[in-house]
Amino acid sequence: MFKYFPHTEEDLKEMLGTCGVSSVHDLFSDVPEAARFKRDYQLPETLSEIDLRLFFEQLTHPLNTQQLICFAGAGCYDHYAPSVVQNLVQRSEFLTSYTPYQAEISQGTLHYIFEYQSMIAELTGLDISNASMYDGATATAEAAMMAWGNAKKATRVLVSETVDPKVRRVVETYAHYHGFPIQLVPAANGTLDRAALDKELAEGGVAGVIVQQPNYYGIVEDYTGVADAIHEQKGLFIINANPSDLAILKTPGEWDADVAVGDGQSLGIPMTFGGPGVGFMACTEKLIRKMPGRIVGQTLDNRGQRAFVLTLQAREQHIRRQKATSNICSNQSLMALYVTIYLSVMGKEGLREAAEMSYAGAHSLCDKLLATGKFKLTYPDQPFFNEFCVDYDGDLDALLEEATECGYLAGIKVGEKTLMIAVTEQRTPEEMEELVDIIKEIKA
Amino acid sequence: MNRTLYGNLIFELSKKGRKGYSLPQDYDRTHTTAELPEALRRSTAARLPECDELTVIRHYTNLSHNNFGVNDGFYPLGSCTMKYNPVINEEIAAMKAFAALHPLQPAETCQGALEVYFNLQQSLAELAGLSEFTLNPCAGAHGELTGLMVIRAYHESRKDDARTKVLIPDSAHGTNPASAAVCGLEVVEVRSLADGTVDVEHLGELLAECGSEVAAMMMTNPNTLGIFEPRVLEITKMVHEAGGLMYYDGANLNALLGECRPGDMGFDVMHINLHKTFSTPHGGGGPGSGPVGVRKGLEAFLPMPRVTKGKTGTATAPHSAPEGATAPVFTIDYGKMSSMGDEGATKADTSIGSFFGNFGVMLKAYAYILTLGRENVKNVGPLATLNANYIKERLRDDYLLPIQGLCKHEVVFDGLVDKSTGVTTMDVAKRLLDYGYHAPTIYFPLLFHESLMIEPTENESKETIDAFIDVMHKIAAEAKSDPELVKTAPHNTPIGRVDDVLAAKQPITTYWKSKNT
Repeated sequence: MFKYFPHTEEDLKEMLGTCGVSSVHDLFSDVPEAARFKRDYQLPETLSEIDLRLFFEQLTHPLNTQQLICFAGAGCYDHYAPSVVQNLVQRSEFLTSYTPYQAEISQGTLHYIFEYQSMIAELTGLDISNASMYDGATATAEAAMMAWGNAKKATRVLVSETVDPKVRRVVETYAHYHGFPIQLVPAANGTLDRAALDKELAEGGVAGVIVQQPNYYGIVEDYTGVADAIHEQKGLFIINANPSDLAILKTPGEWDADVAVGDGQSLGIPMTFGGPGVGFMACTEKLIRKMPGRIVGQTLDNRGQRAFVLTLQAREQHIRRQKATSNICSNQSLMALYVTIYLSVMGKEGLREAAEMSYAGAHSLCDKLLATGKFKLTYPDQPFFNEFCVDYDGDLDALLEEATECGYLAGIKVGEKTLMIAVTEQRTPEEMEELVDIIKEIKA
Repeated sequence: MNRTLYGNLIFELSKKGRKGYSLPQDYDRTHTTAELPEALRRSTAARLPECDELTVIRHYTNLSHNNFGVNDGFYPLGSCTMKYNPVINEEIAAMKAFAALHPLQPAETCQGALEVYFNLQQSLAELAGLSEFTLNPCAGAHGELTGLMVIRAYHESRKDDARTKVLIPDSAHGTNPASAAVCGLEVVEVRSLADGTVDVEHLGELLAECGSEVAAMMMTNPNTLGIFEPRVLEITKMVHEAGGLMYYDGANLNALLGECRPGDMGFDVMHINLHKTFSTPHGGGGPGSGPVGVRKGLEAFLPMPRVTKGKTGTATAPHSAPEGATAPVFTIDYGKMSSMGDEGATKADTSIGSFFGNFGVMLKAYAYILTLGRENVKNVGPLATLNANYIKERLRDDYLLPIQGLCKHEVVFDGLVDKSTGVTTMDVAKRLLDYGYHAPTIYFPLLFHESLMIEPTENESKETIDAFIDVMHKIAAEAKSDPELVKTAPHNTPIGRVDDVLAAKQPITTYWKSKNT
């Protein structure tokens, strides 16, 4: 007997009898002999729960898995996650359910997805949100495909060089196989080169333009006039945004974007080595039927009660097969619940306050680093939010190594001399002081 | 489950001025976002809820009471493998050391995490009979797409650009053709025979017609009817001879654990749904994980980043003493990034996500495999198959069994035997909800008009299954004695049947829209 298998000898005997066979292996008599697997798997022996815990405790021993004080970002941020969030998402009614196809016994899931959609729409300033995507990178790739599918006569999708190169690589991968070209619009002084964009648009054939806000380097770009220029060419304006900053920053809707995408990890989801996070996608009302993924809508039941249900399913793979807007089905529903509860707890003021603290911390740390005389801002005249790039006048690898020794992840190396640093509301003034002290101590 | 509707939205509980959080107040306020030019700031505050902590707790607790999960009761949803999600796996995945890991921290500081990644992919390779897996895909469909990319990259590497078609049986899940379309491939349907298996003669005709254009054939085995494809070895041979690769959709892999491996049947590329076969929770629709495996010779086409194991040092083995430091064993290969600016010419490596996929899900699957161990993994397929065949034999008197013979992990009926009162599969499914069961998958596969697909999994006891069978018989009796009762079900759920047409006609998908309508 094994704890996950309830079959007793007696059960087996009765059930096999009903099936008219004498052994469970007889149930595979329709499998050709040459396809049968006859040896034991080369896997470790079963572990008891006590041994399993010991095993993972050993794996997470600081010498095997080191928790560093995190000043790294680049798409994954160490934001505060209220205790309430982790507690509620573990409720088994949410955790152990499937996609809410049976609305009558899935109102819990359908309700929170509707709330999630409302919150994402509100943060992005757009009309419609879907029920979630895998991550920010694939959401951006899906948006690129949406733009390509939406265009009548297009030759390419443009991507700003200031978009995270990890995200660009995913967009390029999807585009390559889906069958449309991606063209890079170069950066000038850390931001989208407007002259280069205008030149591309003037050539025509642009299905869409993808930018990031704040961009990969943490810079808050000014996209004034960009939407009009793109819309004149009938292209879609796609903004990859960091939702935690949208408490403060101008929304994709206010920039007149058609589609907003990004990663919701910064909204209360632990980093967990990069996943699971949650991709989000929002768009204008007129694009709703082109949107990939699941969407929850409001309706009534036959008792006259307000109810929620998966809707507009005619876009989806299980109905439309190869003509679907995307192949996505399972998304990151439980992670959308993280986001929903996070935004409910933090609320209108809390999200703003956390963003304000992150901004203040990043700027304070930046001041301190510049004051050491060892750094200069990579893009000195550009406004940034909670992430910024500095050029170091010494050996950057040695700096990062020294910081790691002291328990700090000082940032991400994004150029030979360039260090990208992110600060969240979780970083204390003491931690920032200590990081600066560590760096000061390093001999040139 | 609470059978009355709770029904509130968090926005309706909001009251101006309430708060549910606390943040430190002693920080350097030299800089504030007011420094940002006004043109870069949003004009009005986001209308997020304002609630105290207990209100939030009660709201989501009450919402959860209107939901049904595997922990609430039997969930025989065919093709979804709703097995038990062990709670120890949740404990492991929530360990702070993992939760606090940044994906870009130096490899020597996250050897434990890399070991989980590496060893899980090795375990999957052993179970699948393949060479190597990437764990980066976030779901089954994401895995399908990734696998097809691998196949296209393989053909591209041989400059065999004519291979743009993918053969898919007409009984396949909708994701197969959808993934093929996203991957830029043209779908060619292979017909099924009356017994639901692939029409090998039709396949032969198709290969004769356009074999040199075939990139791959996608197959689910057991197929979507729960039937093992008896001629699978012939099929893989035929496609290989035509120069195509065989893709295995791992949706139904659970049936085969212990009995056969896709690699041994001749499949070259496959995905596995960790949220089906390896017990990770479905979470109401994700996060899943869809690792993709390849046979020897195709490893180079897997997407970046990849976790590799060096030749030096030793990994942490179960039961070894927690002595700690080992020389870095596992390394991360990020591959070539997208070109920046003037380096325009270099092409980036294939990548399907920013980091390593849903690592938190991998932890749960790895804990599951370690818990089962080699002694128990082999019983998964046989027990799941026994449960399904037992249901098949016990329900065939009242429910129409269109395909005779053995099934694997799931069984498909074509509605009631006696359809004279007009009770449909939809009605039977809805009536099941009244009795405290989740419904089976309905109206799929499309081969039958009244498909009712039941997958019990290996975790369900004979008592649970017998009780379900009794209720199914009871519903069949009700369909004769009181058909209206069944046709108007459910009666005992928080809400009744919903108006799908109303929802789709003028979609209301946000609270703001609902207030203005």
